[in-house]
Parts: sequence; structure tokens; C-alpha cells
Amino acid sequence: MSSNDSNFNQNEIKPVHTNKVGGSPFKGVVGWIDNRLPIIRMFKYEYLDFQVPKNLSYLWSLGGILMICLIFLIVTGLVLGMHYKPSSSEAFVSVEKIMRDVNYGWLLRYAHMNFASFFFIAVYIHIFRGLYYGSYKEPRQLMWLIGITIFFLMMATAFLGYTLPWGQMSYWGATVITNLFSAVPLVGKAIVTWLWGDYSVGDSTLNRFYVLHWLLAFGILGIVIFHVIALHIVGSNNPSGVEPIDTRDTVSFAPFTTSKDLFAMLIFLLAFVLITMYAPNYLGHPDNYIPADPLITPAHIVPEWYFLPFYAILRSIPDKLLGVIAMVSSIAVLGLLPWLDLSKVRSAVFRPIWKQFVFLFVLDFFILMYVGGMPAEGIYVLISRVGTIYWFLFFLVIAPLVSLTEKTLPMPNSIHEYENWKKQGKIKTLKIF
Amino acid sequence: MSENNSNPDTKNRRNFLTVATTAVGAVGVGAVVWPVISQMNPDSSVKALASIEVDLSKIKEGQEITVLWRGKPVFVKRRTKEEITSAEKVDLKELKDPQPDNKRVKKSEWLVLVGVCTHLGCVPISGKGDYGGWFCPCHGSHYDSSGRIRKGPAPTNLEVPTYEFVGDNKIKLG
Repeated sequence: MSSNDSNFNQNEIKPVHTNKVGGSPFKGVVGWIDNRLPIIRMFKYEYLDFQVPKNLSYLWSLGGILMICLIFLIVTGLVLGMHYKPSSSEAFVSVEKIMRDVNYGWLLRYAHMNFASFFFIAVYIHIFRGLYYGSYKEPRQLMWLIGITIFFLMMATAFLGYTLPWGQMSYWGATVITNLFSAVPLVGKAIVTWLWGDYSVGDSTLNRFYVLHWLLAFGILGIVIFHVIALHIVGSNNPSGVEPIDTRDTVSFAPFTTSKDLFAMLIFLLAFVLITMYAPNYLGHPDNYIPADPLITPAHIVPEWYFLPFYAILRSIPDKLLGVIAMVSSIAVLGLLPWLDLSKVRSAVFRPIWKQFVFLFVLDFFILMYVGGMPAEGIYVLISRVGTIYWFLFFLVIAPLVSLTEKTLPMPNSIHEYENWKKQGKIKTLKIF
Repeated sequence: MSENNSNPDTKNRRNFLTVATTAVGAVGVGAVVWPVISQMNPDSSVKALASIEVDLSKIKEGQEITVLWRGKPVFVKRRTKEEITSAEKVDLKELKDPQPDNKRVKKSEWLVLVGVCTHLGCVPISGKGDYGGWFCPCHGSHYDSSGRIRKGPAPTNLEVPTYEFVGDNKIKLG
């Protein structure tokens, strides 16, 4: 082919570079690999040299802790899957076999169970951190939305996993939660039958729930990767809510943040080991050691502790469809927060009014958690209604209203000024915050 | 190429090809997706077990039995005279899901119900609750002696399954 080919306009010809080999900061074999697969330099830039605000508190260690939880859950889940049988006649027995016969089966199952709980403990603290320090604000809105998506997936995965032992709580929990879809007008019943693969929760349901439990676990892993990529674009927020300007404000991720995170992980794992070894069933429900019986509903159905606040919201509304809508919205509304809270100031440290509503919201969360575990009658119904009203009020009314009217405290110009103010006692924060 | 583009005949032909290819592609995608979705519905073996016969001869007045049908409990109750009259007497205006008692039974003595709360699927407990029928322990729905919702979050009455009398003392469910 001649370059004078009349079919081509000479001015539009541009060189292309399909071969991008090169650019590695490494030499030798490592450099040879990195030139062709640039993951080693990516690791160096994003995990060793990566600059993070120097004032990150232990609340910023939760991200790493959550990653550890997810990895442990996947590993223990993988080996449990080698012994578990997802059929309605064998599931309960196979779990008991894991507990009694399989080498270290008791340890692996208790670890898997309690890691699920600790995953939620960590994620709730993680979400609180974001809420308190305004980590959902520009430019981190998308990261926040990805986070809410992960939270939704976590809840779905935990629910599916809780079905697998096929005890009474598994069976009736699955019945109640799948029946939430029957609230959908017109096609509700068809959807539920489709989900079950039967006319009630049964063998087909269990089998597919097992597969979906796996699928969603890896789905979480995939979306967590997006969450982390987004983090490395927008950078970490910090207690001051002020963006870092120069090297006076930051430290390298390794060894400063890594060593701090490792210490936090150690404390977290210590708490995990204490619960797993001394009170492995404390966070579970004894009724789940009774094999599933489709003819007897336990007198008092409760979900796992981490669902209780949302369960309380579901039950607080006397209408089926509206109850389901309220429960789903109570989580989805978190995703709207970046557009409801209009304050330019990120950190609640400088927002005296908002700060109090955030703490009240935390209290509301625990109150709803408490009433969610109580029978739906008498005073508990009233408390759950008040709690539900505050939950939505907090996001839909208080957040915009406070952000427009509140007089915020004077802000430091940089992170190192913030640190100086702290040393001079100009800013009151709890040590850990 | 530039010559072809301006020819309206070629343009129409190309549009037709775009639409036709998209349509065939859409049908193809549908044909692939549908089996993947449909496989989740109840299979033939589940559907084959969908009807059973129940012997009523041993049930005394006021007694209730529970049978398993399609994986769900079905309540078969031989109602007392008082229960029948109280169920028939109810003013339909009081009901959340208005239905006269005689529309819910084939013979007024025999009440056949799917024993699944219409709220979120728990099994209601017989003889409890404020209306002399059933009470669901999960979220507090009360049903009367016709299985109609009277109080609580359940939106509709307890479902009456498809059944027929095959002889005086036997019914066929499904």
C-alpha cells in the first residue's frame, strides 16, 4: 500500500502506538514483567508511595479491616462448601457433620458465622465514619454510592447464607424475606413462586440460594475493587475534612498507614477471636439448631442482629406494601445524602448542630435495633414508629435544613493547621476521632 | 463510499438492514434469556405433586387438622354451630378484605384454608387472637372463624385453596 493512496486524506493520518511496553521504574526480571504487565508499578504507586492525609484516625482503618473480613469469609466459605450439601433433606445434617466430624469444621463454621457479624460491625462503623466526616460529599459521591451498593449486596449475601443451615430460623427467615416480594402489585405472587421454584420455600429454593450466596460473595469482591479504585482517584477524606495541599499534610501509605491499620486489625481480630472462642453462638439464634419445619412457625421470628433496625422499620408500618417500601428506602435514602446535605463543610467537627443530629441518628439506629428484636406489640410498636420517623426526617428534612441554616465554626486552611489547632486545644475531638 | 451515502435508495436499504438485524438479534437474545429465567419456576415433578386427597371422616366438630399441600400447611376445620353463625353474622363493612362467609366455604361446616399468613408467610396459630380464629405470631395479624383478616398488617384473608368434595367425607386439594 502506498502512502499516496488517494483513498486517504494526508492530513488525517496519525501514528498509533499499540505497543506500550516500557515505562517501568524497576530493573531486571521485575522490570521485564512490569514493562509488559504494569501491576507491579501500580502496586508501588497506589500502595507504597500513595499519599494519604497524615491525620487519619483509627476510624480510617475500617476499610482495611473490611477487606480482611471479606477475604476470610471467602476462604472459610470455600472450605465449608467442600462439606456442605445444599438440599433440604441433607443441609441440616451436613452442617452438624461439619460441626462434629470434619477436621476443624467447628472452627471454620464458627469463624464464618462470626466473620459475617464482624463484617457488619465494621461496615456500620465505616458508614458512621463517612456520615460524621462528610466523606460522601464532592468529589466522593460516586464512592459513597458504590459503598451503599456493597452494603445492599452484603445484606443479600448474609440473608442467603443464613438460609443454608436449614434450621427453623433459616426456613422462616427465608419465608418472611422472600414474601416481601409478594407485596409487589399484580405480579408479586408470580415473582415469589419464581424465586422459590416451588409453592413454598423448599429444596429448589435452598439449592439456588446456595449458588446465589457464592455469586454475590464474589460480586461484592468485584464491586469492592471499584470502591478502592475510586478511592485512589479522589483520595482519602480526613477528620478535618480539608483536602491535603502539600507534603506537610500527608504521609506515605507505607509504612505509616499500613502499620497503623495492622495494629487496628490486630485489635479487631482479637475481639473476633474472643467471641468466636468463648461465645460462638452469642450473635446467633438458638432456634436455628432446630431442623426446618414447614408446619411450625417459631413463636418469635427475629432476623440476625445486623438486620434488626431495618426489620423494625418494616414492622413499624401497618401496611404490607408500604412497610416493604419503607424498609428498602431506609437504606436507599443513604445514597441520596450527598445531594440532601448541601453544606460545603465536610467534617462534623466544624458543624455543631449537624453533629448532634448525627449522634441522635446513631442512637436511633441502636433503638431501632433493640425494638426490632422485641415482639411487635404495645410500646415497641410506638417506639419503632418514632424511630422510623426520625430516620427519614434525618435524611429528608434535617440534612438539607441544617446544611442551609447552620453557622459552621471557623475552618483551618490546611491539615497541618488543623493539627496545630488540635494541639492548642482549639478543637475539641475525642482522641479516637 | 461518499457517493453511496447520498443515494436515497441505498440509505433506505441500509436502514432496513439495521432494523431487521436488530429485530432478529432481539428475538435471539430473548430466546436465550427466557430458558434461563424460566428454569427457576416450579419444575414438572413439583407440579405433579400439586393435588392430594384428604379424609374428613375422623375430624370431630370443633376439631382442626393440618395437612401438607404443595409444601404448605392447609387447615381443614370442622366448625361448630357458634363459629358458623358468628362468621356469617359479621358486617361486611367491618372487614378489610370484604368477603361473605358463604363465598369462602363449600359446606358451611367445613372450612379449608391455606395456613399461610398473607402478610409474610408465617403459619398462624389456631384458637388464638381476638376474633376466635387464628393469630399470626410473626407480626400480629388476627383472623376470624372464617379466616378473614380482622386486625394487623396482613392485607388479605387467608387463602381458600382450590378443592372439591369427592364423596361426603373426602376432599381433593388442588
